[in-house]
Amino acid sequence: MKRREFLRKSVGAGFVAGTTLSFTGYNKLFGSEIPEADTPYDLVAVRGGEPEEMFDKAIEAMGGLGNWVKPNQSVLVKPNIGWDVIPERGANTNPGLVKRIIEKCYEAGAREVVVFDHTCDNWRRSYQNSGIEAAVNAAGGRILPGNDERFFRDITVPRGKQLKEAKVHELVLNADVFINVPVLKHHGGAQITIALKNLMGIIWDRRWWHRNNLQQCIADFGTWRQPDLNIVDAYRVMMQNGPRGVSEDDIVMMKSLVISPDMVAADAASARLFGAEPHQIGHIRMAHELGVGTMELENLSIQRIVV
Amino acid sequence: MQARYLKPLRVIISLFFLVFAAMIFIDFRDSFSENFISSFLFLQFAPSVVKIIQVAAISALGFLVVLMLTVLFGRVYCSTICPLGIFQDAVSWISVKLRRKKWPYRYTRPHNILRYSLLGLTVIFMVFGSILILNLLDPYSNFGRFMTYFAKPVVLGINNWVAPMLMSGGIYTLYPVTLPAIRWEVMMFPLAMLILVIWLSLKYGRLYCNTVCPVGTLLGYISRVSLVQIYIDEQSCTKCGRCDRICKSSCMSFREGLVDFSRCVACYNCLRICPDNAVKYSANHGRKINLMALNPVAPLKQSVTPQDNDTTGMIDDSKRSFILTALMMLFGINRFAKGAVEDIPEPEQDTTIPEDKNYPVSPPGSISLKHFNKACTACTLCVSVCPTHVLQPSLLEYGVGGFLQPRMDFHAGFCNFDCTSCGEVCPTGAILPLSVDEKHVTQIGVVKFERENCVVYTDNTSCGACSEHCPTRACDMVPYIGELTIPEVDESTCIGCGACEYICPTRPYRAIYVDGNPGHMIADRPETERVEREVDFDDFPF
Repeated sequence: MKRREFLRKSVGAGFVAGTTLSFTGYNKLFGSEIPEADTPYDLVAVRGGEPEEMFDKAIEAMGGLGNWVKPNQSVLVKPNIGWDVIPERGANTNPGLVKRIIEKCYEAGAREVVVFDHTCDNWRRSYQNSGIEAAVNAAGGRILPGNDERFFRDITVPRGKQLKEAKVHELVLNADVFINVPVLKHHGGAQITIALKNLMGIIWDRRWWHRNNLQQCIADFGTWRQPDLNIVDAYRVMMQNGPRGVSEDDIVMMKSLVISPDMVAADAASARLFGAEPHQIGHIRMAHELGVGTMELENLSIQRIVV
Repeated sequence: MQARYLKPLRVIISLFFLVFAAMIFIDFRDSFSENFISSFLFLQFAPSVVKIIQVAAISALGFLVVLMLTVLFGRVYCSTICPLGIFQDAVSWISVKLRRKKWPYRYTRPHNILRYSLLGLTVIFMVFGSILILNLLDPYSNFGRFMTYFAKPVVLGINNWVAPMLMSGGIYTLYPVTLPAIRWEVMMFPLAMLILVIWLSLKYGRLYCNTVCPVGTLLGYISRVSLVQIYIDEQSCTKCGRCDRICKSSCMSFREGLVDFSRCVACYNCLRICPDNAVKYSANHGRKINLMALNPVAPLKQSVTPQDNDTTGMIDDSKRSFILTALMMLFGINRFAKGAVEDIPEPEQDTTIPEDKNYPVSPPGSISLKHFNKACTACTLCVSVCPTHVLQPSLLEYGVGGFLQPRMDFHAGFCNFDCTSCGEVCPTGAILPLSVDEKHVTQIGVVKFERENCVVYTDNTSCGACSEHCPTRACDMVPYIGELTIPEVDESTCIGCGACEYICPTRPYRAIYVDGNPGHMIADRPETERVEREVDFDDFPF
């Protein structure tokens, strides 16, 4: 990049960031931004394949990623990269899946795809050892840090019961399209963690949530903004000792994938795969009650695919 | 090679050592591999000596190389390898340039009593199992502290100021890094040393190295018999005095035609400055001339021998004892030191440690507080490489003998389960390297849980952050009331990584915390049962 171009870009970017941040009321903005995509199904579940091919089948059934990602848009892909462990331990989202999603985003014409997580373990090591850094780079995306409070901006959660405000990573605010890519696993504190819980990786002060009714906070945050699409990785599923896991003994090769624009529906279906009833999981039930989405799967049009 | 070119060669090598020594301490981006760091530090003298007392390993033989270099060529270590020495050269070089003082130094007498006393004190303390004096005076460790405490914050500040600007311009090569603040009390001693070193180097060149530094004094003592020495060839010398006035060690007297080679740091500036080629650097000849030249001008020295004066016997004792210790170190005899260690008191727990914790936590691989306290020179390299910043300098948490040695501060971070960096880089053997597998069961402390502090108990809300972060399931969530679960701890599988304490949201006292093990233990491996579950890919449970 030439110096002049750099200066122009930085001034421009600074101006956009500054002016964007001086406005409030993002909820409406995002509310209207959720594309009323003509998707044939509310939810697609795939079983029995590798992560990449299951995603290909699922997104094809959903009418293609182009329903969500338009040419020249910027896309944020948010996997779970919370832990400094290898992919075989199932504590982070499958790197192969992340790679394929990014490739599909570019195929759909995305201008850029960025990835981050506010990790629990050291972020550099988590990015590396999860295999996700390499996957993102291989697919041409950019993996950026989420470890510093300076990246986070204040937002309000007007519909939250317990949680009224939070600090959200600016990459979420700046992205045109937000794709949530959680991994399904057991969780000691929140029972299980899927799409709703994965959003704890885009906020700053998680400790406050832990201190102040964790389940309600997770559900409340769902009212702030729905990701445009949720892709649940249920390939290697940690059935116990979550969220970090102790060894590969905790893993069941479930070889499944769930996608839905509705976070609550995606969580409900994934919970069933896990062997739990959605209404027994505090934050899923609470999010359903808040109208974030629906956990009543029988009312949804679902496509089931076996590879 | 012509002697004139020794100086530029010295400058080039020394810059390499200075730049990398500074960078491994300042680095906050994991830029250097542990392997590079430990090989780079192989030649650092004091750490190597301390290490050979702890472990008989080839990686601890760097000091032998330095001793050999010294016996052959004099204190080349001090001018080319020692980062503090080179740092002082840089300071004096800048000041000389600024002041435009062409002839900044002149010959002075050695401060023998002071330098041999400090060396003696260092050795005596070490013989009795305390590393305190070495810790305070060692040039490498002092340099490390300067970098970690003063240079790193400056570099980091610039990085954190520039990175967000670049990022908003779409350039992500830099990223901000936040480090836990170092307490001001901890910085006082390094600050005092920094001021002392800079002041001495501004005013007197290498006076620190020739009075305070125990390594300089030891190598100086040895270099009196070095094979190759600098000397003044009286025949060619025109008494112009240039060498005398350029010598930052103030060890050349042109009037007397002598070189006090024990103070010469082998910078070779004199070789380059002499217009008459009268300053020579050659084998054997120099030693004789220097010894002859020294003796007549050192009448003081003669009265200093114990035969003549009993009151100064201490000096000689210290020389003897250091020779003795040096010999013992050479042969790896550490029984003497070990035996003596039993007399050193345990860290004073009563003064600075919070009521509910009995021992500070030393890093994994440090075997025990005792081992760690007697081998760590507080160079802060581990503090610098620790990716989670859990290693923080202590003040007196380990007691006076452990002044400034790093401890595990679980309010600053927690020990990454799969990380073994600190042991891999530690140059003194205070933290010995562990394999990842060994690390997984090395119990540096044990968990304690105060149920009545726990937010689940006090607020009837779900939390589980501790259990979430626990790598061994030593902290597990068990049914409490209704949907709620509450932590239950198992000391046998706890390794004391402090993840629970770090993440625990309660204040001011944490509901879950780690108390140090004075001697590290082996934890049980967590027993996990393999999840047995039939997966039917044709079955969709919805």
